[in-house]
Amino acid sequence: MNKIMRHGQVGRSAPRLEAREKATGRAEYVHNLRLPGMLYGKIFRSTIPHGRIRSIDVSAAAAHPGVYRVITAADVAKVVPNPYYGPAFHDQPILAIDKVHHVGEPVAVVLATDPHVAEEAAALIVAQYDELPAVYDEVEAMTSKAVVHDVLKPAGTFPDLKHLQGKTDTNVALDFHLRRGDVAKAFAEADHVFEHTFRTKAVLHLPLEPFVSVAETTGSGLTIHTASQSPSFVRIEIARLLGWPENRVRVKVPYLGGGFGAKLYIKLEALVAALALIVNRPVKIALTMEEQFFTLTKHASTFRIKSAVSKDGKITGRECEVWWNGGAYADIGPRITQKSGFTAPGPYDIDNVTIDSYSLYTNLTPAGALRGFGIPQLVWAYESHADMIARALKLDPLAFRRKNILREGNAQATGTIMRDAAIEAVLEQVSARMDWEKPFARSSGSVKRGRGIAIGFKASISPTTSVAIVNVAADGSATLYCSTVDMGQGSDTANAQIVAEVLSIEAEAVRIVHPDTDVTPYDMATLGSRSLYHMGNAVRLAAQDAKAKLADLAREVGVPEGSNIPIAELFVKKYKMQAGNIIGTASYIPSYVPPEAETGQTPNATPFWMVGGAGAEVEVDTETGHVRVTRLVNVGDVGTLINPRIVATQLSGAAVMQYGFTMQEQIETDGGQITNASFADYKIPSILDIPPMESEAVDAEQHDGPFGAKGVGESGTFAVSPAIANAIDDAVGVRISELPITPEAVYRAIRARNGDPLEDA
Amino acid sequence: MAAVAMTVNGKAVTGDVDPRTLLVQFVREHLRLTGTHVGCDTSQCGACLVHVDGKAIKSCTVFAWQLEGANVTTIEGIADPSGKLHPMQEAFRDNHGLQCGYCTPGMIMSAIDMVNRKGNDLDDHTIRQELDGNICRCTGYHNIVKAVAAGAKAMKGSSAPAQAAE
Repeated sequence: MNKIMRHGQVGRSAPRLEAREKATGRAEYVHNLRLPGMLYGKIFRSTIPHGRIRSIDVSAAAAHPGVYRVITAADVAKVVPNPYYGPAFHDQPILAIDKVHHVGEPVAVVLATDPHVAEEAAALIVAQYDELPAVYDEVEAMTSKAVVHDVLKPAGTFPDLKHLQGKTDTNVALDFHLRRGDVAKAFAEADHVFEHTFRTKAVLHLPLEPFVSVAETTGSGLTIHTASQSPSFVRIEIARLLGWPENRVRVKVPYLGGGFGAKLYIKLEALVAALALIVNRPVKIALTMEEQFFTLTKHASTFRIKSAVSKDGKITGRECEVWWNGGAYADIGPRITQKSGFTAPGPYDIDNVTIDSYSLYTNLTPAGALRGFGIPQLVWAYESHADMIARALKLDPLAFRRKNILREGNAQATGTIMRDAAIEAVLEQVSARMDWEKPFARSSGSVKRGRGIAIGFKASISPTTSVAIVNVAADGSATLYCSTVDMGQGSDTANAQIVAEVLSIEAEAVRIVHPDTDVTPYDMATLGSRSLYHMGNAVRLAAQDAKAKLADLAREVGVPEGSNIPIAELFVKKYKMQAGNIIGTASYIPSYVPPEAETGQTPNATPFWMVGGAGAEVEVDTETGHVRVTRLVNVGDVGTLINPRIVATQLSGAAVMQYGFTMQEQIETDGGQITNASFADYKIPSILDIPPMESEAVDAEQHDGPFGAKGVGESGTFAVSPAIANAIDDAVGVRISELPITPEAVYRAIRARNGDPLEDA
Repeated sequence: MAAVAMTVNGKAVTGDVDPRTLLVQFVREHLRLTGTHVGCDTSQCGACLVHVDGKAIKSCTVFAWQLEGANVTTIEGIADPSGKLHPMQEAFRDNHGLQCGYCTPGMIMSAIDMVNRKGNDLDDHTIRQELDGNICRCTGYHNIVKAVAAGAKAMKGSSAPAQAAE
C-alpha cells in the first residue's frame, strides 16, 4: 500500500542533510553552549560502593577562592521536596540522600564560573560513611544478605510493577515469567538435554560527547538544554519533580555526539534543573569521559539455557533463566527484563518454553539501554548454545538452524504470530555470503582457522507514541517539527525523505526543526530502533494531512483537480499575498496487547520485529590465544531502505560497536571500584582493531512501516558475538562462555581442553 | 595569567589566559571556535585535533601559552571563505563519512595532515594506519576510509591549499 507512490525520494542515498554543518564544525551541540552568567558544576562522588552518609564537610570547598556555592541533597530538598526520579522506579535521588549505593554516585556539587576552580574545590569535600555490605554479582543479588535499597519504589504507572510497591529485603526490581506448552513433559520425553550458562560483563556506551546538560530559569519556568535522546520524557519528569505543569518546562536538544541508549530518561537534567532553581543562574554540567563510567553501563548478565532436543535435531522444549545486573538504580532495566526478556528462547519455533527473567539491584553503576536493549546478551547465549547442540549432535550449524527457525506464520514464545520478520532470508543470506556450503580451508600450523554463524531477533518496544507536524509555508517550502533526536543515526535525513516523497519535493528542501518541547510535539523517545517506524509513520501521515489540506485549498480557490499549479500561487489566490500556512499533523501509536501476568502470552507482542545475522571467519593462535577475525558479515532485515548508504553505515557501525564488546571491552572492578575508567585503559575499537566487514540488508518489507521501512540502529549488534565464539569453537574446539573473548580466556580454554590447565592468577 | 599571541585561521589573536589553559580551551572558550571538540580529555580520541605550524596536534595536549607566535588552523579555517567546502570536507559529506559528527572535525584535520605528508594517492592500509589516533564510536570507520581516499584525490586537482591560511 505504501509503495504505490514513489517520487524517488525514498530509496535514495541522499547525503545527510546536516553533513555540511558537521564537516565545517558548525553543528550545534550542548557541548558548545555557553550562556551569560553561567556557572559550571563539578560533581563530588561517592568513593564507596554502599554505605550510610555520616557527614559531608563542604567548608573547605566553599571557602576555596572562586567558588560560588556548594550544593548537597539538603539544598536540593528545598526546591524539590521529593527528588527521586526514574522511568520505571522512582529510586534515584538528584544527590545522594542518607545512603550511597555505588562508587561514583553524585553526593555534592561545586558551582563556579571557572570549571577548573569547581574541579579543584570538589576535591576538597570530605564525606564520611558507615560502610554497609555490598553485592556486585547479579546471581548472588537474588539471595544476598546485602540489600541495595531499603524499600522498593516503582513508578505508579506500570501495572507489572505494582506488586513490588513498598517491598523490602529484596534486590529483585522485576521478575518476568513466560509459560508456554508443557516444558516438563518435553524434557521428560527428550532424546537429548543440553544445559549451558553464559555470561556477559558490564560495558558502556562511551559516546564521544559525554553527558552534558544546561538549565536556566526563565520568566515562566525553566529551560533545559540537554544532550538527551528523550526530550519529551525529560519535560514530563522534571515537571513531575517540581509539581509544575508541563508547559513551564522547556527542553531543547540540538545534535548529539552519539547516544547509543546512554542519554535517555533523566541523567543530568534533574540535577542542573535543581541547581539553576537554587542559585537562579544558568548552570552547566559537562561530564568527563571518566565520569561516564559512573553514570550508566550496559547490563552484565547471566543466562542459564536448557533445551530438550529430539534425535533428529528438533528443539522441543527450552528453559531460560536470565539475571540482569541492573546496578544501583533501576533506570530502564525492568523494561529490558520484560520487553527483551520474552525473546530469550531465540528465533526458534519451540512449542514448550519457560522464561524467568530477573532485574537485580547491585552496588555498581546503574545499567540501562545500550544499542540492542538486552538482545545482544540473549543472542550471545542462545546462539552459542545452538552451536553447542549442533556440534554435540554432529549436525551442521546451518542445517540445525534451518530445522528450527521461526518462519512467517509460526507462533513466537509469547504466542504472537510472526509477521514481516525475515529470519529465514537473513539466515540464508549470511550463509550465502559465507559460502557456507563450500569446503572451508583450514590450516595445519599453530594458527587455526574456523568460521561461525549466528542470528538474533528483537521486538520493538510498545506501546509508544510519536507525533509530527509538517508546516507548508506560503512559498511552498516545507518544515518538519518532530522530537526525534538525531544522534548520528540519520533520522533528520530519513524523515526529510519521507516528507519529500509524500509532497513530491526534494528531501534537501525540507527543513527539520530539532526537538524543543515548546515547539515540537510529543515523542516517546529516540530509542530501540523505534523512530523510523513510529515517527516515520507519524511524519508520513502528517505530510499526507498537509497534502490533503493543500488539495482542499486548491478546491477552495477554484483550481481544478490534478492541476500542477505551484503551491505558492494557491496561497496568493487565497490570501492575496505571500501569507498563511498549511499545517499537517498526525500521531502514530501501533496496536499492542499486554502479556498475561502469569504466562507472558499475548496475541500482539510488538508492532514489528528486527532481525540481524552475522558470519565470522577467524584465525586462532593456539600458542597465545590471540584471535584475529579475518571476515565479519552482517545482514539485517530493516524492511525497505529509505536511505541505503545510511542503512549500511548503521549496520556496520552497530557491528563494530558489538565487536568491541565481544573482543576487548569490559569494565574492570575491584570491590565495587572501577579500575579502568578512562579512554586510556578502557579501549573501544580503533580503526586498526576492526576486521574486514561486509554489511547489507535483505530484500524485505514491513507492511505497515512508512514506505515499508522499519528500524535499523540495533540489528547489526545482535549476532556478532556468538558468530565469533562459534568460529573459535570451529577453529580450536573450545567454547568461550563469557564476554569479552580475551586472548587469556581463549588460551586458558585451549590449555584446559588439552588437559594441562593454567593455574588461576 | 599569561599573555599569549598567535595566528588562528589566518587572523592574529591574543589572549590573557590562566597558565593551565589548554590550546583546545583557548580555541573553544576564548575564541569561540567550537568546531574543535573535546571527547576523552586524555589524548586518545582525536576530536580536538588541529594543525599547529603545519603539523597535526591534539589540542588537549598543549597549553595555550606554549604556542606563542604559532600558526594554528582549526576546522573553521579550511573551507574557502566564499563558503565552498574544502575537498576533504566535501568528501566526508559525499561518502557518508560521518554520523554523529562529533569526531568529524578531528578526522578531517587528521586526513588533511595525512595528505600533506603522504600525498594524494592513499591506499586503504595507509589511511587506516594513519587514522589510528582518531576514534569514532558511530560509523564503523569504513566510510571514513572511503572519504579520506576520495578527499585526498580531490585535493590534487583543487586550488584548496593543503594547509589553509598559511
